[in-house]
Amino acid sequence: MLRIQALDVYHGYVQAIRGLSLHAKEGELLAILGANGAGKSTLLETLAGLHRPAKGDILLNGKSIAGKPPEYLVRQGISLVPERREIFHSLSVWDNLLLGAFHRYRHAKQEIHSDAREILEIFPALKGREREMAGTLSGGLQQMLAIGRGLMARPKLLLLDEPSVGLAPMVVREIMATLARLKNTGVTIILVEQNTRSALRVADSVLIMERGRITFSGSSGEIMADSTVQQAYLGRRVRPAMAL
Amino acid sequence: MHIADQLLQLLFTGLTLGSIYSLIALALVTTFNITGILNLAQGEFVALGALLAVSMYAAGMPMAAAFTVSVLLVAMLGGFLERFAIHTARGASGLTLIIITIGLSISLRGLALLIWGTETYSLPAFSKGGPLFIGGAAVNPQSLWIFGLTAITLAGLYAFFELTYWGKAVKASVINRAAARLVGINPHTVSFLAFTASGALGAAAGIFIAPITMTTYDMGFMLGLKGFVAAVIGGLSNVGGAVLGGILLGILESYSAGLISSGLKDAIAIIILLAVLLIRPEGIIGAIRERKI
Ligand SMILES: Nc1ncnc2c1ncn2[C@@H]1O[C@H](COP(=O)(O)OP(=O)(O)O)[C@@H](O)[C@H]1O
Ligand SMILES: [Mg+2]
Repeated sequence: MLRIQALDVYHGYVQAIRGLSLHAKEGELLAILGANGAGKSTLLETLAGLHRPAKGDILLNGKSIAGKPPEYLVRQGISLVPERREIFHSLSVWDNLLLGAFHRYRHAKQEIHSDAREILEIFPALKGREREMAGTLSGGLQQMLAIGRGLMARPKLLLLDEPSVGLAPMVVREIMATLARLKNTGVTIILVEQNTRSALRVADSVLIMERGRITFSGSSGEIMADSTVQQAYLGRRVRPAMAL
Repeated sequence: MHIADQLLQLLFTGLTLGSIYSLIALALVTTFNITGILNLAQGEFVALGALLAVSMYAAGMPMAAAFTVSVLLVAMLGGFLERFAIHTARGASGLTLIIITIGLSISLRGLALLIWGTETYSLPAFSKGGPLFIGGAAVNPQSLWIFGLTAITLAGLYAFFELTYWGKAVKASVINRAAARLVGINPHTVSFLAFTASGALGAAAGIFIAPITMTTYDMGFMLGLKGFVAAVIGGLSNVGGAVLGGILLGILESYSAGLISSGLKDAIAIIILLAVLLIRPEGIIGAIRERKI
């Protein structure tokens, strides 16, 4: 479904992605872990069209999409839930959700309203706050709204950049369950996470990034078995007996 | 004339002028918010709208048709200039883009000079009949048309941005351009629409004032400058501020011309602009830098 080949991405003179290749199948949930500054966000942003790769290629269902703008890519089914939420602060919660479906608004007005109501079922904490200004919500609610907005695009490839930041464990569980459901409907998901334990639980495969490169790739089971990887990247946050 | 009546008279004159400045400032500020570009060719849209309508009316078109066609033509011109001059320079700094709009302004004025020469044109008032008397002051009916246009424009902008999905999409693009792109809102389309709408609004303003001002090829320069000063008074990115800035400037001009010396009328705008530049230049320059695309 998605194939990245020898990708190089720069921020000015800083190279954030170095010859990175990866492959994701339809309906696969790929978790990407790695320290701050490893290039995880840059990778997702490049997939969503916010950065133009200097080298390499990105193929979506065999078609090259490298360097295409975000407003085009969302129509191809790629939706990014960005790292710092980036919601529309001075618009209402409801408008944020509706705008998430901008690219299909013309053809599916009614559907979009029922989709937005469905999002409120996934995140009941947002219910009753539809008319509130998004910027006045707490960080956790804003995070839910950002995820909801990302889902409103009805993506085929969903990119989530640390979606569980600032959320209570119960909400994180709810989000992961939602991702698992989406995955079963054939949506491919790339999940960048700090909260490794919950990410490993839902992931089919796991990549570890280090300074712009992938230094480990395997299934969740394999990563648990690899003691060096565990020590270096998962630390004490994963208690092996409980993790899976 | 009684002094109170004279003051009231000057107030109405000021409100009329101020409404026009408000309309120009509104177009400037809306475009600036949406695209980050300070369109200094806005005054030229006003002049071209008036001149086109004058010519078409003189050629025998009914007033309403001349108005509509002129507004459409200038709207198309606005859209065309955005594609041709702004879009091709996307990624350039805010200052470069402003200089481009200054270039456009000079070119459009040159074009108007070629077509219409240095003559002064005029359009008849929209409605017949003498002035209305309010208190001891005489109000030109054309002023009422101008107040009406200002009110309708404000109501229209409000309705578009607060009540329509497309208006909210444009707002989203202003609030967070990258996030707006991620949901599929194309900033280049938004920019195109902003310039098209500015063209239409500018032309409408020009036609509405044509009956009460001298319509000449270079009328856009002063009007554009005053619209800019009104926008600066209002804080450059604030729609309500732009309207108040325009009204304030119009009233100041009217009173200083009427009570002190008519030579002061055009000087007021320049004095205010210089004062703002001297007192807090970072206010203007900062806003322009910030809005770099
Ligand atoms: N806008 C930017 N300008 C310059 N350097 C950047 C920018 N964004 C990220 N970087 C650099 O790129 C590298 C990767 O950053 P990022 O993708 O945010 O990593 P991660 O999401 O894994 O923390 C880091 O070295 C970071 O400093
Ligand atoms: Mg990051």
